[in-house]
Amino acid sequence: MDVPGLFSDLFFDYTLRTIALGSAILGIVSGALGSYAVLRKQSLLGDAMSHAALPGIALAFLLTGSKMPLVLIVGAAAAGWVATLFIMSIVNTTRVKYDTALGMVLSVFFGLGLVLLTIIQKRPDATQAGLDKFLFGQAAALLERDVVTMGILGVSAILITMLLWKEFKLLSFDPDFASTLGFPVRILDIILTTLIVIAIVLGLQTVGVVLMSAMIVAPAASARQWTDNLGIMIILSAFFGALAGISGALLSASVPRLPTGPTIVVSVSVIVIVSMLLAPRRGILWRWWRERRQRGRLRLEGILEDLYSLALEHNDPGHAHSLSVLRLMSAGKGGVEKSLEILSERGLVRAVRPGEWALTTAGLEEAEKTMSERSGMSDER
Amino acid sequence: MNREAAITVEDLTVAYGEKPVLWDVDLTVPSGVLMAIIGPNGAGKTTLIKAVLNLVNTAAGQVLIYGESYQKQRRLVGYVPQRGSVDWDFPTNVKDVVMMGRYGALGWLKRPGRQELDMALAALEKVGMSRYAERQISQLSGGQQQRVFLARALVQDALVYLMDEPFQGVDATTERAIVSLLQELRAQGKTVVVVHHDLQTVPEYFDWTALLNVRLIASGPVRDVFTEENLRLTYGGRVSFLRHGEPNGAPEAEKRTGERGI
Repeated sequence: MDVPGLFSDLFFDYTLRTIALGSAILGIVSGALGSYAVLRKQSLLGDAMSHAALPGIALAFLLTGSKMPLVLIVGAAAAGWVATLFIMSIVNTTRVKYDTALGMVLSVFFGLGLVLLTIIQKRPDATQAGLDKFLFGQAAALLERDVVTMGILGVSAILITMLLWKEFKLLSFDPDFASTLGFPVRILDIILTTLIVIAIVLGLQTVGVVLMSAMIVAPAASARQWTDNLGIMIILSAFFGALAGISGALLSASVPRLPTGPTIVVSVSVIVIVSMLLAPRRGILWRWWRERRQRGRLRLEGILEDLYSLALEHNDPGHAHSLSVLRLMSAGKGGVEKSLEILSERGLVRAVRPGEWALTTAGLEEAEKTMSERSGMSDER
Repeated sequence: MNREAAITVEDLTVAYGEKPVLWDVDLTVPSGVLMAIIGPNGAGKTTLIKAVLNLVNTAAGQVLIYGESYQKQRRLVGYVPQRGSVDWDFPTNVKDVVMMGRYGALGWLKRPGRQELDMALAALEKVGMSRYAERQISQLSGGQQQRVFLARALVQDALVYLMDEPFQGVDATTERAIVSLLQELRAQGKTVVVVHHDLQTVPEYFDWTALLNVRLIASGPVRDVFTEENLRLTYGGRVSFLRHGEPNGAPEAEKRTGERGI
C-alpha cells in the first residue's frame, strides 16, 4: 500500500476526503456520547439499539421507496427508540432482568430486520440495491450530502451535550440526588438516550448495525483508562473514535472488498488493547509493575526484620546468621540470596563469613524505621 | 411541646409489587430535632426517606414540608443518600462532587463558578476534608466518601436534612465528628432525620426517634419512646442487648430481612 500517496489523497482526493470526514464525525460523536453510556453502565443498550435499527431502515425503505440517508436514518432512529421502550417496559412490568430483556429485544429486532432485508432483495426492480451495506457498513458509498447530514446531526448532539454538561454529569453520577434538586431526571434521561441513538444511527452507513455498538463502548472504555476527569475523558474518547473511524475507513476504501465496519472495529480494538495494557495507574502492565516493585520491597524489609529480630534475641546487633536460618524464617518464599545481595549493595547488611550475614549500623536503623512506619500506618486506618 | 412541624407524613403507604413496604405511616417531625429512624432491615427506613423526597411512587398518603408540598419546598430539603448508591469510580474529584449540592440553586445550564467553589471548600473544611478537595473520589476510604456526601448536603444550605445511614462503614473517630456536625446543625435550628442502625448510641446522639417496622411503631422524644416495650414491638424478640434470655423467636422481622436487603 502506498502510504504517502494515501496521505496526500486524504487532502486532495474528493472521495477519500469525504470518507475521512464522515468517519471522523461518526467517531467524534459516538466517542463523546458513548462516554455517558459507559459511565451509566448502559454499554449494551447501544448494542441493542444498533441491531434494532435494521428493521427501521428496511421499513423506511419499504414505505417510502427512497434510499435518501435522512429517510433511512429517521427509520433507524425510530426503531432504535421503540426497542429501548420495549426494553424499559419489559424490565418494569415483568420479572425479566435487564440483560435478558436486552438480549430478547436485540435478537427479535435484528431477526425481523434480516427477514425484511431478504424480502426487499427478492423484489424484481433494481432500486433495492445497496441496503445490505447497512449490515457491515460501506465507507466508500458515503456521499457529500451524507456527510453534511451527519455533520449537522453530530454538531447538534455535541452542542446539546455541552449545554447540559452539568445536568448530564449529575444524572450520570447520582440520579436520585439530581431528582431531589428538582431536575426532571426522566426527561434528561430521554434526551441523553436520544443523543446516543443519534450517535448510533450516524455510524450505521459507515460501520453497520452489527458492529456499531463497538464505536459506542470501545473509545470511551479506552479513554477512561487514561484520565480521571470527565471532560478530558469525553474529549479523548471523541479523539479515539475519530482516529479509529478515519484509519479504518481509509483502509477499507483503499483495499478492495474490505468491509468498513469490521476494519474500523479492528482499529478501535487496537486502541482498547493499548489502553488496557499501558495506561498509567489503571493499565495492566503498570499495575503489574507496581505490584512487583511492592513485593520486592516487602521481601527486602522482611529480611531486614528477620535479621533484626535475630539480633534482638542474641542481644548483639553484629551477630551473624547463616543463610539457611534466614531461608527458614522467610517461609520458603525464595529469593533470599538475591535479596541479601541487593541489601548488601545498599550497605544495609554485610557478609561476616561466606553464607553468614549480619545487619550493619545503617541496616539496624533502617529496620527500626520500617517497623515503626508499619505500626504507624495501622494507626492511621 | 408545641413546635412547628418540619415534616408531616400522613397515611403514607408504599408497596413494591404486592408487598407493602410502608403501611399507613403517620409521622410528624417537629422543627429543630435530631431524629433517628430505627427498625430492622426491610422495615422501610430508606423507603420512608425516599418517599419524603418523592423518589419512590407512593400508593397513598402525602408529605408536607413546613406545611407545604415537597415540590414547593424542595429547596429547603437536603439529602445524604447511602454511600453505596453511587459508583465511586466515576471520573471526578471531591470538590466537584461537593459543588453538585449547588446545582439545584444554580438552575439550568449555568455552570458552577467561584462562589460555588468557595462554598464547597468551606463545607469540606467543616467535615475535615479540606486536604482532599482535589482528590479523585475513587481514592477515598468509606468514611471519607461519607464526609464528602455530608459536605455536598451542607452546601445545599437546607433547613431539613434527610440522611440515609451516614454512619455506615465509618470508623469511631469519623462517627464522632459526624455526630458533632449533626448536633451543630440542630443547634442552628435545622431539622435532621437520620436512618440509624446502632441502637446503643440512640440515646446519646439523638433527641427524637421514630421506630419503624413497615408500620410506625412509635415516634417522639427518645426518653419517652425509646423503651424496651417499643423496641420489642419493632424488632420482635431480637433486641438482646437490653436484657438477656429474651426468647429468640422473631421470625417475622427476619423473614422480611431476607427478601429485600437495604
